[in-house]
Amino acid sequence: MSEKKHLFFALPYYLWLALFVIAPLVLIFYQSFLNLHGQFTVQNYLDFAQSSVYLKMTFNSVWYAFLITGLTLIIAYPVAYIIAQFKSRDFWLALVILPTWINLLLKTYAFIGILGEKGSINTFLRFIGLGSHQLLFTDASFILVAAYIELPFMILPIYNAIVAIKPSLINASLDLGASRFQTFRRVIWPLTKNGVAAGIQAVFIPSLSLFMITRLIGGNRVITLGTAIEEHFLTTQNWGMGSTIGVVLVVAMLIVMLLTDDSKKGGRAK
Amino acid sequence: MKKLVAALVTLGLVIAGLLVWNHQLMAKQSAGATGSKTLVIYNWGDYIDPNLIKKFEKQTGYKVDYETFDSNEAMLTKIQQGGTRYDLVVPSEYTVQRMQKEHLLRKLDHRQLPNLKYLAPRFLNQSFDPGNQYSVPYFWGTLGIVYNDKLVAHPLKHWEQLWDPQYRNQVMVYDSARDMMAIALITQGHSVNTTNYGELQAAERKLQGLSQNTRAVVADEMKMYLKQDEAAIGIAYSGDAAEMMDVNPHLHYVVPTEGSNIWFDNFVIPKSAKNLKGAYAFMNFMLEPKNAAQNADYVGYATPNQAARKYLPKAVTHNQAFYPDAQTMKHLEVYRDLPKKVNQEYNDLFLEFKMFVK
Repeated sequence: MSEKKHLFFALPYYLWLALFVIAPLVLIFYQSFLNLHGQFTVQNYLDFAQSSVYLKMTFNSVWYAFLITGLTLIIAYPVAYIIAQFKSRDFWLALVILPTWINLLLKTYAFIGILGEKGSINTFLRFIGLGSHQLLFTDASFILVAAYIELPFMILPIYNAIVAIKPSLINASLDLGASRFQTFRRVIWPLTKNGVAAGIQAVFIPSLSLFMITRLIGGNRVITLGTAIEEHFLTTQNWGMGSTIGVVLVVAMLIVMLLTDDSKKGGRAK
Repeated sequence: MKKLVAALVTLGLVIAGLLVWNHQLMAKQSAGATGSKTLVIYNWGDYIDPNLIKKFEKQTGYKVDYETFDSNEAMLTKIQQGGTRYDLVVPSEYTVQRMQKEHLLRKLDHRQLPNLKYLAPRFLNQSFDPGNQYSVPYFWGTLGIVYNDKLVAHPLKHWEQLWDPQYRNQVMVYDSARDMMAIALITQGHSVNTTNYGELQAAERKLQGLSQNTRAVVADEMKMYLKQDEAAIGIAYSGDAAEMMDVNPHLHYVVPTEGSNIWFDNFVIPKSAKNLKGAYAFMNFMLEPKNAAQNADYVGYATPNQAARKYLPKAVTHNQAFYPDAQTMKHLEVYRDLPKKVNQEYNDLFLEFKMFVK
């Protein structure tokens, strides 16, 4: 294909990138240097770096995103592996994907019904004589719901990576005297690393800026940077500070991308 | 590949079909109501009896185009951006003040509002709009305490009781900087409109003392939680309280006598309005005592319409919780629009409290 033709077909893609990826990023970056009165300043960044509230919030965001990602990974890898072994794996995969068709808020509200004082779990606990417990507004419930919502995005890339492994490789490994564990460690794991990295990116990055679930399930006992951004844009209308936090999040995401990319070095020709 | 193309083409056809359909619907609508006969109203969600809109359309021949918002800030941003043509909007009082400062509002012509006479004088001429030059009160309400008589030993009467150690982990805090800071300020005897940073800091320290009792910091979903006995106590607006009490008879609402916030939602005509005649007609229609009573009955908030009260059940108009006595009314304070910097301080301090809750 000639260079010109190539450009012609790529044009919509570049336009898309420029309009919906680059331009918003530039605007956020620009806004982050404006104060309440629209003057140019770096004060927002200084405020952020000097405020114990924001620093603690940043730490919270990263910590909870880490926990959510860790939990989904622990669940997703075996699930993906088992589904890949099934004969009717398409059906099982569809079951995994199905919940993503339902609106996120609806799923969150459903959990309120499950975890509440009068929810199904507490009704059951009372029934077996254990009495009701507060489940909502705890760290555990927050992480559970967030992990549930993110789970499909971890399972899918790992599943794809596992399915792509040729069975002959595993057979060869076993035939040549490797134990099952060695086969996993030396053959399956390295070949699925890419999938795991993609899954971590797909889960960690959105988890950094969760905000509705922090309020609905976490009762704002879990405060992340997403909460602060929402407040700055909607309540105080301090778009500058909101954008500054946005930039911090973008940087945090870039770091995650770089870190997870590093682990792929062996797997893919650059 | 073939399959993919087929899928894409189908999708494209469906979208095109929907667009055509939508276009035809719109055309039909605007044909039914040519230009000046359409009235565009922008109001809070679920904040009017839909039957009244139908009645108005029948009576006057106007076609009402009704849109809703869920926060003053969201509404304000939309109008500031321009390109809207709302004839009537219903902001809260501090937003009326802000919109007037930003020259977004049209002055009202009182000669075209004969039904203004039905409103109780004490709800007119408020500090946010002296002489009601720009706004007409639609509903008013208060901020107060909702408690569940199954879960608390004694009825609550005062803000200070929220701090009582016996309600550990039982208070649902409302996720709004202005309201929560106001409560702390009132307990310390300060104005809810203070701009004194020292007083604000003291209020924030006071709020931190509430963190032991705080079960969660939530917004609208509090209604659902309190209906389901999820917590004993909540901080809520009167209208939300009325809605909760309808469902759960164990809930009660009190306005603390030492003071609280009183708020107003008001009709205003933005500069971008096209159908002024229709806007005045609608305001007059809604001010008609019978209509105002019907609306108040549906929405559950208190009406500023004095003449409408006789059409409302006595149980409602004599209910201290929703129509507080003069003594309590004296201590209620309206929020004033704060300078952006102070508003930021309120919110930063409240954010600090939220971080502290854990």
